[in-house]
Amino acid sequence: MSTAIETAPDLVRDVPRRRREVIYRHTFLVRLTHWLNALAIFVMIGSGLNIFNAHPHLYWGQKGSELDRPFLSIVAVDGAKGPRGITVVGPPKLDTTGLLGVSTDRGQVLQKAWPSWLTIPSNQDLADARHWHFFFAWILVANGLVYLLWSLLSRHLRRDLWPTLGDLKSIPRSVLDHVRLKHPTGEAAKRYNVLQRLAYLGLITLVILMVLTGLTMSPGFDAFAPWLLDLFGGRQSARSIHFLCASGIVAFIVVHLVEVVLAGPINEVKSMITGRYAVPPEHD
Amino acid sequence: MTLFTRRTALIAGAAGSGLALSGCSKILFGDKLTASSDFQHVLAHAESWTLASQRFLLSGGALAREYRPADISPRFKPNGTLYPTGEDYEDAVNEDFVTWRLLVDGMVNRPLSLSIAQIRALPSRTQITRHDCVEGWSAIGQWTGVPVGLLLKAAGVLPQAKYAIFHCADNLEGEPAKGGEQAPGQYYESLDLVDANHPQTIIAHSMNGRPLDVSHGAPLRLRVERQLGYKHAKYVQRIQLTDRLSGLYGGKGGYWEDRGYEWYAGI
Repeated sequence: MSTAIETAPDLVRDVPRRRREVIYRHTFLVRLTHWLNALAIFVMIGSGLNIFNAHPHLYWGQKGSELDRPFLSIVAVDGAKGPRGITVVGPPKLDTTGLLGVSTDRGQVLQKAWPSWLTIPSNQDLADARHWHFFFAWILVANGLVYLLWSLLSRHLRRDLWPTLGDLKSIPRSVLDHVRLKHPTGEAAKRYNVLQRLAYLGLITLVILMVLTGLTMSPGFDAFAPWLLDLFGGRQSARSIHFLCASGIVAFIVVHLVEVVLAGPINEVKSMITGRYAVPPEHD
Repeated sequence: MTLFTRRTALIAGAAGSGLALSGCSKILFGDKLTASSDFQHVLAHAESWTLASQRFLLSGGALAREYRPADISPRFKPNGTLYPTGEDYEDAVNEDFVTWRLLVDGMVNRPLSLSIAQIRALPSRTQITRHDCVEGWSAIGQWTGVPVGLLLKAAGVLPQAKYAIFHCADNLEGEPAKGGEQAPGQYYESLDLVDANHPQTIIAHSMNGRPLDVSHGAPLRLRVERQLGYKHAKYVQRIQLTDRLSGLYGGKGGYWEDRGYEWYAGI
């Protein structure tokens, strides 16, 4: 994926001072799978929250219903001044009225775990939410398999994502740089830094866990692969891990978007569309 | 310092507009697309992909996991109809279902009409399985009953039959957890002959060693262990063999199917 500029140092010297060096950073396949993945995950989080609303409790183990003990519940209870949204995490009970448990949608007070503006569709409809969720689950899985297979064969995974020993040693410095909002420039900006590598590998792991825990919730797939039930400690545990991994993916997305903004949103987004990335100059 | 503040504002702005955008786009695009029948038609492909792939993976007739007696839920959540309305059912409860009949008819050589006593005398299967509701919860119970495949064999299914329809005695008004208001309707369900003939597909007459109670579908309920709870029809009165699902109630093969849920509930 080297460019003419990289391999011809004479040319670089001839480039006017102000013009930034442009490298071909993201191959077509990375760009395509990135956007399909982004779309699928966006839809699956929204529809997943709608599905969660149909039974807003999480448990550990094989079984669990309101008659058992959930470790997390998002419910509405009657208060002196109308319904209150209560989020129960273990023993602590938090009043989350307005966001969780009780929220408003176009002036209407609704008693549901996640608010309308976060769910697909916005109204509570388990049947429609499942249609969205499973259609995009197929897209996520097909897209993910293409990406993983290509990443292994083209050594993208080994070369660009797997941290080197030097990378691992530079973790403390990289953490400090990130905290100071200092971004790599010049040569260092041409490769992913160690925290980026770990974050992307973490995301891949989370998506794989999402798919596996999702399949563990399927009574049909369970008959084919009962070992999944043992791996995750039961269907209800799998459902809870599914939710926790989704929370991890949301955390990734927030950090990812913030970093894109900090690193130069136009250049970053442009590079994920056209593939071409302007390397930030050493000093500025 | 000014740079930091500017950056902080930028981050907050980006995060805020991202959230607002996701909210708006869900309401604007998500809901519009959900309301579009063309788009629903596209989404519906997922069900056939799931059915085809699970049929392939389960072509060996794999069984759903069976659990130990210690795993049985101390309290198994009853769902859907908890007590069917109507004098006929009330009378049946009062006389301990002695006049209840299970019909097996439609596209069969020898229609059957079986009493509960006759069904209890047939070879039975007992299984401790997990019941997974489409809403997300699970409960484990022990079920005893006659394999549906055995009844179909006794009745002699005609070659053109493709589905077994399970007619129930209850009229359900829907459930808020499943979304919005639902029109009341007679409960029914359907399976194709692959799932109907699966060894764990039984017409259960007992739960946890006792005759079924009313909230769990007395006197007979369907168990189809590799699919979600709404397929497990309660208060079953009749198994009708047919070659199509259209023309019956909403035409989609079940009470919840007629209200938008997948006919194949293996996921």
